[in-house]
Amino acid sequence: MGIKVNLEKCIGCSLCVKACGPGAITITDKKAVIDMSKCTMCAACVESCKKFQAIEITKESSAKIDVKEYKNVAVFIEQHDGKIAGVSYEMLGEGRKLADDLGEKLVAVLLGSGMSDAAADLVKYGADKVVYFDSPELVQFRDDTYTALVCEFIESDKPSILLAGASSVGRSFVPKIAARVWGGLTADCTKLDVDTERRLLLGTRPAFGGNLMATIIAPHHRPQIATVRHKVMKAAARDESRTGEVVVKSVDASKINERTKILNFVKEVESTVNITEADVIVSGGRGMGKAENFALIRDLAEALGGAVGASRAAVDNEWIAYSHQVGQTGKTVCPKLYIACGISGSVQHMAGMQSSDFIIAINKDPNADIFQIANLGIVGDALEILPELTKVFKEKVCA
Amino acid sequence: MNIVVCIKQVPGTTQVKINPETGTLIRDGVEAVVNPFDEYAIEEAVRIKEKTGGTVKVITMGPPQADAVLRTAISMGADEGYLVSDRAFAGSDTWATSYTLSSGIKTMGKVDLIICGKQAIDGDTAQVGPGVAEMLDIPFVAWVKKVEEITENSIKVQRLMEEGYDVVEMPLPGLITVVKEINTPRVAGLKGKMKAKSAAIITLNTSNMDVNPERIGLKGSPTQVLRSFVPERKSGGEKISGDVGELVQKTASVIQNLGVVK
Repeated sequence: MGIKVNLEKCIGCSLCVKACGPGAITITDKKAVIDMSKCTMCAACVESCKKFQAIEITKESSAKIDVKEYKNVAVFIEQHDGKIAGVSYEMLGEGRKLADDLGEKLVAVLLGSGMSDAAADLVKYGADKVVYFDSPELVQFRDDTYTALVCEFIESDKPSILLAGASSVGRSFVPKIAARVWGGLTADCTKLDVDTERRLLLGTRPAFGGNLMATIIAPHHRPQIATVRHKVMKAAARDESRTGEVVVKSVDASKINERTKILNFVKEVESTVNITEADVIVSGGRGMGKAENFALIRDLAEALGGAVGASRAAVDNEWIAYSHQVGQTGKTVCPKLYIACGISGSVQHMAGMQSSDFIIAINKDPNADIFQIANLGIVGDALEILPELTKVFKEKVCA
Repeated sequence: MNIVVCIKQVPGTTQVKINPETGTLIRDGVEAVVNPFDEYAIEEAVRIKEKTGGTVKVITMGPPQADAVLRTAISMGADEGYLVSDRAFAGSDTWATSYTLSSGIKTMGKVDLIICGKQAIDGDTAQVGPGVAEMLDIPFVAWVKKVEEITENSIKVQRLMEEGYDVVEMPLPGLITVVKEINTPRVAGLKGKMKAKSAAIITLNTSNMDVNPERIGLKGSPTQVLRSFVPERKSGGEKISGDVGELVQKTASVIQNLGVVK
């Protein structure tokens, strides 16, 4: 167990020394030597030694399960008020691809109440089998109940892979499932792949606010679980010709020890567009100057059918509610179009939006950092440009 | 009220630099700090203690030098620091970390409330908080932006969701993870700093914790990093300036051509 240098392959080139963050590697007698008290097993050296393949991380695991007993790709379907979340269709699209690559089935797991039509519909979106837990107890998301039922599903169906959206709901209860079943969980993936030979899920995810990407595997544990970021995967297309089975499961509430109680829900977002699911986001920062000017952001967002975002500065100045904040301490978004207005582009803000498909930045300062990642940079005053831009799109709608 | 706060030592983010030669993160010489989200957790714990009385214990897992973050927490008003540190824990992923931390918390006697930051800014996983709750078999609420009410036996909080917030109630003992909006962490005063400097830190390891050796460190970790790499940076595209009318026209046509606006 651990990390090993293959002395026959190592030529002492010292590339790994440079790659090692904690400074755990030195070259002695033209061979790499790893100081185990400093090594964090980050695998940066393995990557740096791609050419010679002299460093290897081997892992012995305590897991005693037979991974071959686990089969099929399962997708957790998220619903709010009986409406299926957009990210779940993206999971079905991606899950279908992975299942096809592995030659396995795609199973959708839905927890809800009075949703039999929606459950049957999931077949049209690619599921070979739908497991639908139907109970009035399942109208709202609740941590203990969701954890218990999805664990029950894992026990009965033994899926090899389980996918869920990296939403507030998914990232709340899925880690509890992983903790309970000793599964391998990779959070907030932006790319999924399978190694068909080893039958492994490869989950690639950003860390360090997007400055480092890591591909994670769980070779000896099942299921292999991943939460996946919104808007990264392509949503499944509806296909009327698809067929599959729907299994309805009843819920014995007396067996579930639900300890949390939701008293009420308070809607805080101003527009009807959910910021993490929006195709277009218009975002404002310090450069907007004052609260009243934020109306210009809202106007353009409305004209474009998009959502309103904000930098930390705008939220700290109380120009808009925290639920709109984009960045490391706010939400991570990746819309098709992100328009940053009067946002200088701090590392923290960019961490939350740099994976957007197309970025337009409007800023008075030609040297603003945001221009480094903008596909289109506009050096100018957002206060002058925004109203004109809104006018163009409003006219288009009217005409 | 006995409150425990789980914290992590992380590199100060803004200083994260990439080695241009190898394309990897430079961690050497980067200042190590308390994970920013954990500062909100510490602050909230101290505020609750100031209202209800009791103690705030902070716990972290890491190398011996991670005791620095425990001292920071004590300077902000926490009472005791627990450092979980053992070579046997090296290579822990979030599962093994949750398991080890929960074992550490079990050594503390009666605990009413555990508070964690929503996630650490280096790993960004948000998995250890719920993991600890599950392993201690206590109720859990994520993304807490406000504690509305707390009694000896229950807590009522606001949980941030995509489009607003839920008001959630749960019995204690329980665990919450907190978001930035919950408070503004205090800056430690001289008195706090003096107290932190001389505070005794309790060290927990395999000899004084009850842990299953099969479930710790690399062996107990389901996940492993296959490879890590630096993503290709988006490079800036076209930059235009000049007459407002022209800028607007150009921008409008670019947006039109993207085909995202109906």
